[in-house]
Amino acid sequence: CVHLNRNTFKTWVCPSLSYLWPTVGYSDQWDDLNKRFSPPLTAKDVTYICPYIGALRGTLTVTNYRLFFKCTDREPVFVLDLPLGVVSRVEKIGGASSRGEVSYGLVCKDIRNLRFAHKQMEDSLRKSIFEVLMKFAFPVSNGLPIFAFEYGQVYPENGWKVYDAQAEYKRQGLPNESWRITKVNDHYELCDTYPSTLVVPVNISDEELKRVAAFRAKGRIPVLSWIHPESQATVTRCSQPMVGVNGKRSKDDEKYLQAIMDANAQSHKLFIFDARPSVNAAANKMKGGGYESEDAYQNAELVFLDIHNIHVMRESLRKLKEVVYPNIEESHWLSNLESTHWLEHIKLILAGALRIADKVESGKTSVVVHCSDGWDRTAQLTSLAMLMLDGHYRTIRGFQVLLEKEWLSFGHRFQLRIGHGDKNHTDADRSPVFLQFIDCVWQMTRQFPAAFEFNEYFLVTTLDHLYSCLFGTFLCNSEQQRVKEVRAKTVSLWAYINSQLEEFTNPLYVNYSNHVLFPVVSMRHLELWVGYYIRWNPRMRPQEPVHQRYKELLAKRAELQKRVEELQREVTNRSASSERAGSPTRSITPVQTFV
Amino acid sequence: MLSSLGSGGGKTAKPSFVSYVTPEEIKSEKEPYKKENQPDLLPGEVVFCSACPVLKYSQDDMSQRGVFGTLLCTNFRVSFVSDEVQVEETCKLFKNKLYGENDIPLACVDNIYGGYEDKKKLITGGLLKNKYPSKIIVHCKDLRVFQFSLTYSKEEDAKKLCFTGVLDHNNVVMKTYLRSSSIDNNAVCFVEMQRKERTMLFDCLEDWTQDMKRTKGNCRLVTENSSFELSQKLPQFFIVPLNVTDEDLVKFQGNGLPMWCWSHHSGCALFKTASLPLMLTAVAHNHLYSVKTEDLSDTLPTIQDIQLSYNKFKQFFLIDNTTEFWMSDMKWFSSLENCGWLDMIRQCLLKAVEVVECLEKENTNVLIMEESGSDLCCVISSLVQLMLDPHYRTLLGFQSLVQKEWVAGGHAFLDRSNQLHLKEKVESQSPVFLLFLECVWQLHQQHGPAFQFSETYLTVLSDSVHVPVFATFLFNNDSHRANVLRAESPSSQRGPLNCPSVWDWSVQFDCRAQDLFTNPLYAQKTKQDRSQRKSHRPKHQRQLSLPSSAFKTPTKKGFFKDEADSLKKILGVKRISRWMLSPSSDFPPMSSIKEFYETWQAKPLDYHGMLLPCLDGPSIRVWMQRYLRWIHDVQILGGGPVAVLSKVSELLAEVQELRSELDRHARTVTSNHRGAIRTRAKTAPENLARSSVRLSSSFPFVTSRNWSFKPAIPTSMLQSLMMSEVAGDLASREDDGSEPETVV
Repeated sequence: CVHLNRNTFKTWVCPSLSYLWPTVGYSDQWDDLNKRFSPPLTAKDVTYICPYIGALRGTLTVTNYRLFFKCTDREPVFVLDLPLGVVSRVEKIGGASSRGEVSYGLVCKDIRNLRFAHKQMEDSLRKSIFEVLMKFAFPVSNGLPIFAFEYGQVYPENGWKVYDAQAEYKRQGLPNESWRITKVNDHYELCDTYPSTLVVPVNISDEELKRVAAFRAKGRIPVLSWIHPESQATVTRCSQPMVGVNGKRSKDDEKYLQAIMDANAQSHKLFIFDARPSVNAAANKMKGGGYESEDAYQNAELVFLDIHNIHVMRESLRKLKEVVYPNIEESHWLSNLESTHWLEHIKLILAGALRIADKVESGKTSVVVHCSDGWDRTAQLTSLAMLMLDGHYRTIRGFQVLLEKEWLSFGHRFQLRIGHGDKNHTDADRSPVFLQFIDCVWQMTRQFPAAFEFNEYFLVTTLDHLYSCLFGTFLCNSEQQRVKEVRAKTVSLWAYINSQLEEFTNPLYVNYSNHVLFPVVSMRHLELWVGYYIRWNPRMRPQEPVHQRYKELLAKRAELQKRVEELQREVTNRSASSERAGSPTRSITPVQTFV
Repeated sequence: MLSSLGSGGGKTAKPSFVSYVTPEEIKSEKEPYKKENQPDLLPGEVVFCSACPVLKYSQDDMSQRGVFGTLLCTNFRVSFVSDEVQVEETCKLFKNKLYGENDIPLACVDNIYGGYEDKKKLITGGLLKNKYPSKIIVHCKDLRVFQFSLTYSKEEDAKKLCFTGVLDHNNVVMKTYLRSSSIDNNAVCFVEMQRKERTMLFDCLEDWTQDMKRTKGNCRLVTENSSFELSQKLPQFFIVPLNVTDEDLVKFQGNGLPMWCWSHHSGCALFKTASLPLMLTAVAHNHLYSVKTEDLSDTLPTIQDIQLSYNKFKQFFLIDNTTEFWMSDMKWFSSLENCGWLDMIRQCLLKAVEVVECLEKENTNVLIMEESGSDLCCVISSLVQLMLDPHYRTLLGFQSLVQKEWVAGGHAFLDRSNQLHLKEKVESQSPVFLLFLECVWQLHQQHGPAFQFSETYLTVLSDSVHVPVFATFLFNNDSHRANVLRAESPSSQRGPLNCPSVWDWSVQFDCRAQDLFTNPLYAQKTKQDRSQRKSHRPKHQRQLSLPSSAFKTPTKKGFFKDEADSLKKILGVKRISRWMLSPSSDFPPMSSIKEFYETWQAKPLDYHGMLLPCLDGPSIRVWMQRYLRWIHDVQILGGGPVAVLSKVSELLAEVQELRSELDRHARTVTSNHRGAIRTRAKTAPENLARSSVRLSSSFPFVTSRNWSFKPAIPTSMLQSLMMSEVAGDLASREDDGSEPETVV
């Protein structure tokens, strides 16, 4: 790993950082850094205006990775520690106040805003710490590298090896007599936003694939995401067909979809799920896009799933933030929540995935899923449907594979949607598409508390590092962009997670992998994810009494087991010393279900 | 331990009902019924009328398929007996012995609607005169919905059924039944009462003495009302402040007497009173601590408000068909808010927290009052005790609490539930007890491990209110109970009437079903905990052992001079009661409550210490098990809380197994038995885990076995929505803005 630009690296070690900085060999590293680099930028007498506690006076430190505020006046010591990656914008609020203070507001991507104030600099040439912060918070806009490229932590596992496309397809039983793995996109020539490894119907040649690519937006042809181990019904994903106002047709595309249908002997039908509302799908014709007409595609049934676009979702999250941060208006909480439509969107996405899973599982029918480009709503739908259908994706490593496959390799544009290190916070390409997906996963874990190997903390951690820029996992927009630099020079989030799996494991997990999970997509069962959206409110501290209690019981069991074994050994020794007689008797004791 | 409840007394209590139906009535019933088309009648239960064939729509099916059978009305229930042979194995686990899944106890009938062509009308006596409906829809108080089609049955039968049976339940039938219902006294109903650990019924002196002793209260036990000489409204026994004199008792006839509820370990106590606090000074005198008074009617909803709100709330769950359900799903949150039910729960919990703060933080006596003294006073006083006293979070403790505050406390169960469907009593109908159970459920879901009983227990308890068999819920107060039970006895050749207590759960459920009443997550206090607690609270121990006179001159709150006249005291009381809605109070109470909660929250949680609920918006939830259990479309198949509970039960069984094994080993080692080594007996514990994938979120009330494993897909996905306002143009925009954005 290359250590670049470390001159502003912080020099203190704070115990609270262990969350982001695992203790494995880190103290040595810090000592080393202390000697080599100059101290970080620190400002004293800064006031943090906490919406819950009030004004706190303390020391503010800014490094190239984080903002760190510490107030030692109170008991316990107040610490605020946030990666600069979560900062969406920094703004100066008003002018200098009567007390000669300037105030700064930090709008964060993780549903909070921070407000600081400090004395006006007497020397007008000296810059405020916040102006310096702007530089490191938005490295991309300032020509600096993203911190992930400088992060030098070594983990026992190489997280980049978690996902191997060939291995994953092999797990699914591919290639088989109907599906083949093609090398046509090895150098991202067919489609630069697709992965290099693609699974396509056996009887479609690479040449034909190229002609299909011409008819699909951005060349994103239908390819296999998942195949049902028994019925051979498949989930395939793609982008919209380039139908246009004149209703253009492509014989190759029609043949291709027929081939997908034929690959599944169980059904003589194919369902095409268009994630968009039909109005939007129709409007796309004006721009050359559109949807499959049922005349052109025999035996195919088109279903619109009514999921709105990235702009609607962004606006919904903005409203949600207003409702939950910093305080909740108790008397109108529910109607306020409803007015954000956030859960309504979650419901539509889950309902869409449910319909897909139902068609594949109950109807044994293959499905094709697309939206406009096939990298936002499509990713949400295929990955959620796969989570419902395949228990493997509900394990920790399986879930990592699911993200690597459906989101990262298939080109969900993380860089654009999150805007890593980019100061342009009004960018219309930003949207909480991935957050929505994780929210949907959380909703499923609520409904099936024993079906997922990972816990809530795993999901929150994943989202935290979506923004933190500590790991390379969520950088860039496509596999092609990532494969060059990122893999070589950054650490994967999975390296960090998999090196301390205990933290992220759901103690209640029951491996019933063969079971299909159909969540209930009624508002009655959907709830706002308090542990994520309202976690900054100290009154809403997440509680997992069940997990806690369960872990206690596990510990108790382990302790008792140990004692039983010890006693057994003792008894064995004694009886061995005396004469041997009798055979072990079995007895069945009445078991009470409570202690 | 719960098992003692069910397993008690080998022979299960078989209820027997004595009929006092007049001969004429019986004669009219003498029409021959086909034996096979009758439910298993309870002793004393009489069939009034029936109609056949009746088509019962199966609720879980959109396609309106149904089952043919006979619809009967008895003096206990409306019952549907299917023509199809019932598969016996369908989940016997949670079968109620008194009524089956197709039975509706008459008191459980909430409303009956008639289906006329495609209209649905609430059936009243007048409406039926002209034509009888082709279909009837029965909404039950336990939120079940039944739909019966009468089109196939004989018009005469159907008419009769509608008139005499289903409709007239609101007067004649119910009355007859209720007056005649009796459980055979010879059965071993109260065997469990002999045991050491039992539910205290607070119908005898000992229970009151014991409870006061347990909480180290120092008050006066009043026995003068044991035959209701003082007042019909007062309980047989009750406790008042020490210095309430005999003259006071006579003078006020029980009005405004501060009744002791519970004593805090600091010595201060909670009292409740009906009507004006005439005896305020008595409480003030009690320990010479200050007393805070709170008139609950100032801030809490009236019983009419509660009834109105619940009526709106329950409609969300009385679903006739799937389309209606998914339509209502779209405006779910705002409808929920508009009905105000959750807010009432929040208000009650908040009030209780305020009282807790006074007792716990300020160590002042608290007197809560309202006109009746037996509605919201019961809610608040029992919530306070649940929050402060871990004893009441055990199963028997909770039952004792309900007995103390609600049954002995004179909550008018009969009037509030209006089981007789009396017109003149409609105004006094109000689900106050349910509101209390809702509050308990909120505490339970926030701090599960603190409670020995389960969510299922609370749900069953809320249902049992509408089973008109239990003495617990049939009367308005002690004297009413005594009068009715005594009055009935002479006319009967049997002994005195003895309705069972609802706490005798074996009347309704067998032992295995009762196992579901315990919470496997309950963090039972270990011996270690107990000793730790002792060392933690040496101060309290010492204080408590002192006679109360020792702190009659409190040091820090000594602003009450001994010789202060009572007028001054009353004024003083008013001054410090910061809830009196006086806008001039120095600090807003909410901020104090917030601080109180946050201080408590900052400390490590002790399940055997004080419990406070979080009252912020998202923390107050809908009691899913109670309200959603019958709605097919929201059953989470293979999920729901049972998935966790079964896992925990399984682990607990293993721990238990290891413990007993350890004991065996210990015995073996000490007694040095030869060859008595046992290999670890891997007895698979009776658990739910094996089948938990097949269970659903409505466990144990509905089994998913009959249901197809198909997801419920919303039928109306049409966006009511949305995007009308700001988002209007956003919705039509392209995902990837091709037009360059202006950089800000």
